[in-house]
Amino acid sequence: MNAPILTYVTFLPLLGVLAILFIPQQSESGKNAIRWVSMVISTFVFIVSLRLYFDFDPDVAGFQFIEKYTWIPSYGITYFMGLDGLAFWLVLLTTFLTPITILSTWTAITKRVKEFQIAMLVLETAMLGTFVSLDLFLFYVFWEIMLIPMWLIIGVWGGERRIYAAIKFFLFTAVGSFLMLVCIIGLVYFHNQETGELTFNLLSLYNTNLARMYEILFFGAFALAFAIKVPMFPFHTWLPDAHVEAPTAGSVILAGILLKMGTYGFFRFAMPLFPDGSAFFTPLIVVLSIIGIIYGAMVAMVQPDIKKLVAYSSVSHLGYCMIGLYVLNRHGVEGSILQMINHGISTGALFLLVGVVYERRHTRLIAEYGGICRPMPIYASIFFLITLSSVGFPTTNGFIGEFLILAWWVQRGSGALRLVHNGYVQTYGAFMLLGLVVMVWFFIV
Amino acid sequence: MEGYLFLIPLIPFIGFLINGLLGQKIGRSGVYCIGCSSIGLAFLFSILAVYQLACSPAEDRLLVQVLWSWIAVGNLNIDVSLMIDPLSAVMILVVTGVSFVIHIYSIGYMAHDESYWRFFSYLNMFVFFMIMLVLGSNYVVMFVGWEGVGLASYLLIGFWYKENVNADAGKKAFIVNRIGDFGFLLGMFLMFVTFGSLSYFDVFPKAVHMYEYGMLAMNSPVMIAICLLLFLGATGKSAQIPLFVWLPDAMAGPTPVSALIHAATMVTAGVYMVARTNVLFTLAPTALLVLVLMSAATAFIAATIGILQNDIKRVLAYSTVSQLGYMFIGVSVAAYGAGIFHLMTHAFFKACLFLCAGSVIHAMGGDQDMRSMGGLWKKIPITYITMLFATIAISGIPPFAGFFSKDEILWKAFTFPYYPVVGKIVWFIGVLAAGITAFYMFRLIFMTFHGKFRGTEEQGHHLHESPLSMTGPLMILAFGSLFGGWLGIPHIIGGYFGHVPNVIENFFEPVFEHSHGIIAAYAGVQHYTSAVEWVLMGGSVAVAIGGISLAYHIYIRRFDVLPDRLAETYSMYHKLVYNKYFVDEIYYHVVVLPFYYLSMFFWKFVDAFIIDDVGANGQAWWVQRGSGALRLVHNGYVQTYGAFMLLGLVVMVWFFIV
Repeated sequence: MNAPILTYVTFLPLLGVLAILFIPQQSESGKNAIRWVSMVISTFVFIVSLRLYFDFDPDVAGFQFIEKYTWIPSYGITYFMGLDGLAFWLVLLTTFLTPITILSTWTAITKRVKEFQIAMLVLETAMLGTFVSLDLFLFYVFWEIMLIPMWLIIGVWGGERRIYAAIKFFLFTAVGSFLMLVCIIGLVYFHNQETGELTFNLLSLYNTNLARMYEILFFGAFALAFAIKVPMFPFHTWLPDAHVEAPTAGSVILAGILLKMGTYGFFRFAMPLFPDGSAFFTPLIVVLSIIGIIYGAMVAMVQPDIKKLVAYSSVSHLGYCMIGLYVLNRHGVEGSILQMINHGISTGALFLLVGVVYERRHTRLIAEYGGICRPMPIYASIFFLITLSSVGFPTTNGFIGEFLILAWWVQRGSGALRLVHNGYVQTYGAFMLLGLVVMVWFFIV
Repeated sequence: MEGYLFLIPLIPFIGFLINGLLGQKIGRSGVYCIGCSSIGLAFLFSILAVYQLACSPAEDRLLVQVLWSWIAVGNLNIDVSLMIDPLSAVMILVVTGVSFVIHIYSIGYMAHDESYWRFFSYLNMFVFFMIMLVLGSNYVVMFVGWEGVGLASYLLIGFWYKENVNADAGKKAFIVNRIGDFGFLLGMFLMFVTFGSLSYFDVFPKAVHMYEYGMLAMNSPVMIAICLLLFLGATGKSAQIPLFVWLPDAMAGPTPVSALIHAATMVTAGVYMVARTNVLFTLAPTALLVLVLMSAATAFIAATIGILQNDIKRVLAYSTVSQLGYMFIGVSVAAYGAGIFHLMTHAFFKACLFLCAGSVIHAMGGDQDMRSMGGLWKKIPITYITMLFATIAISGIPPFAGFFSKDEILWKAFTFPYYPVVGKIVWFIGVLAAGITAFYMFRLIFMTFHGKFRGTEEQGHHLHESPLSMTGPLMILAFGSLFGGWLGIPHIIGGYFGHVPNVIENFFEPVFEHSHGIIAAYAGVQHYTSAVEWVLMGGSVAVAIGGISLAYHIYIRRFDVLPDRLAETYSMYHKLVYNKYFVDEIYYHVVVLPFYYLSMFFWKFVDAFIIDDVGANGQAWWVQRGSGALRLVHNGYVQTYGAFMLLGLVVMVWFFIV
């Protein structure tokens, strides 16, 4: 139990990177060796992270597996990691999805295999680091590192408009991040003013008393960074482009994990650090989330491109997560967490499924497909099942999260208007993915 | 001893898994065997449970089995648990019984289909979800079943997915149903907020309690909202106005599916739900008023559309919509038992009608158009007799099943305690619709079985009676159509034969006693002499016979001229009704298209233009232009830099001196 397991989990992928660096990729066998190394190492990370599952004690409040070392003492920066119930699931989701994703690139990525696998493993480290960091500086380092491999994955291995998509992805996310950096420094400064303690330790910073104006300002900046990541309306347009252009593996990671960074950020940083600011912005965020839910679903419905459809449906689903967080009680948050995890699983699966047919036909237009269930009955059945999960069909994993979020949302008794909105929303959700599945499933070529 | 309840849904579920996963391997007989025997076993266990229920004293007629705790968050506790009370007892018998019969029938009907294993696994899945819907002891489990049957229905309507029409019909059914389902979901949330629970055992006693202690007024807005939202769910599932449009299209599925899902069981889920929620509906008379008006309108309008359909299954589809309207009239005049009673008899005769239609279609080699039939009764006598039985039943002629249940509903409508005047109007509409029903059903019989054969020569040779696996179920159901109604013999007739009890009404009493108590205390009971009841009863039978005679006149005696002449004389009405009042077209143009255009607008304009072009790329454009302009300054020529330096010097000198 004393082993620094979080560090192991986080940095193990880098070990793989180290190994891959020494494997030449000119020959086909070299490429395969690289794939194997990457696969083995990420699977190993998953197995190690399972340790967390057995050791994690759900009855303990607060953080577990804490590791804390001094890093840059003159600025009060520490290497501080820990897990709580939310981060725990997200870490498992990450370690679970990464090997699957790497497996999916086996035949899909044939050029620059070495660079690709390195990017994937670095990305995994960065994502894990983001989820376990409890020091704002450490968090920010991982947060920014995460951008680079993703940007490369889209920009190098992507589709035709990959450069445009990569730049858009980078600019959107970077803009938010830089503002956040300014506010992190500001927060630390005010904390220092107040207590005389210079620290980036998140748990200490939770107790900072800020002037209302600064709270609002800082929350705004944090919220912007996270809202772009979520993505919330109207900051979502990078997502469809990024998804469409990214290779399958990129889309899976993007939808499965990167988007959760946004909601995770709200939960871990923006809301507890600046409660007054959060309260100030609550109406705006709620309205934007509801717009996102409806708008995302509606736009998804008319997409001819299957990946764009899933991308817009993500906008809609993540809107639910935001709403769940802003129920502002434990139960809503629980629903939101469930929704995050399950969205990661089912949307990741959807992108993988799309990747399967894309590799064969090289088109993503729904109209181009049809009658798939005759040559590929098992594929079609799985596709159908995943789609059901995505529309929140009862008995699938998508149902409970949405159910809880909506139940507690209505429970909060926030007025008839919001209630009506939320109800209609799911109908749109049904519309949208149904349109897809029916076309893919039943239409005859 | 109630630990075996879980077997009732579990066995069909296992059947579904085996057939779905291994169906191709175990071969035809294996699939048939598993498909039918799983439902048969479920039926046997249902009988056992109901028998056990009936043997216990009236006040503790309730079997509950809690399986596991599903969701426990805060005060939201949802168990997966099953229960049987008199209401679900009747439902479960109807569901498993009719399903069993129809499974047997499907063996013959699907004998030439290569995807038989898929068919049987879907059918088992449907039965599983339907059982969950009926046996669940809270609204969430019911909702699971509710959505599940919708899914099964979608899969089965689009079963022959190679034709676009079928796939589209499935899609339409699913989407329309989902619209309704969200009414259900919202109603459920509102109920949770109001009563803090979604379990039947908490919500209903609490509602009664709150009402008795004045914490919940009669007709309070929240109750009306809950009930209307739930009813929206019911309109989707049970094909009522405004969401009935999917059911006629759903006839694209194989005929056993139409019989099982779109006539006998799934579409009646809404009626069951309202009857289950009877306490809440009783506390919201305004909601009941809306219900009764909508359902009367549905019963009448669907019946009129049925008159002019030429596709044999579509006639039955509109007839189903219309009969569902009757059931809803029943439950919405707070005569919940009567609604369920009609549900039961309808399950018999409508399933029978559909299966007969299937047999006819089978004989005709897939042709469903009644204009090319005629004179079939000699060729397929068993089908003819059974169908005639069911038709008489639906027309409401005593002593067939439909008469008792329909008359019960009409009588209860006449004595609607909350709104007596509305009740009378609804009674009148109901009687009128009954006449129309008798008319179009006998039109169907006459066009199909009487007169001269109008099909092609090839079809004429092909005509043959169906195998026993198909006619057997027909006979069983025809038997039910004849005698099923005798469970609910009205008091006045029962009294005439020496105190024959109204079995079904007595059986239901424990479920509905709270509601009846509330109504009696609030609105009182209307008293009529038995003469009034006799007259009304005679009147509705007379109207039915009138409808039959009219059909005989038009479609037998003057078949060669009269239908066409009538169509010409009243061409405008004919057109309107023939095209189903253009409801589909109206929905398409008023709802679907604007919605589509709005979505396109969001995508193409808001997303692509405002946010991307003006917002994101717009900024990039300005930056590019701006730096482009600035770049001119740095052009690399020493002369230019010199000129700028000079200019700067001049400005500075001018600034300092002046």
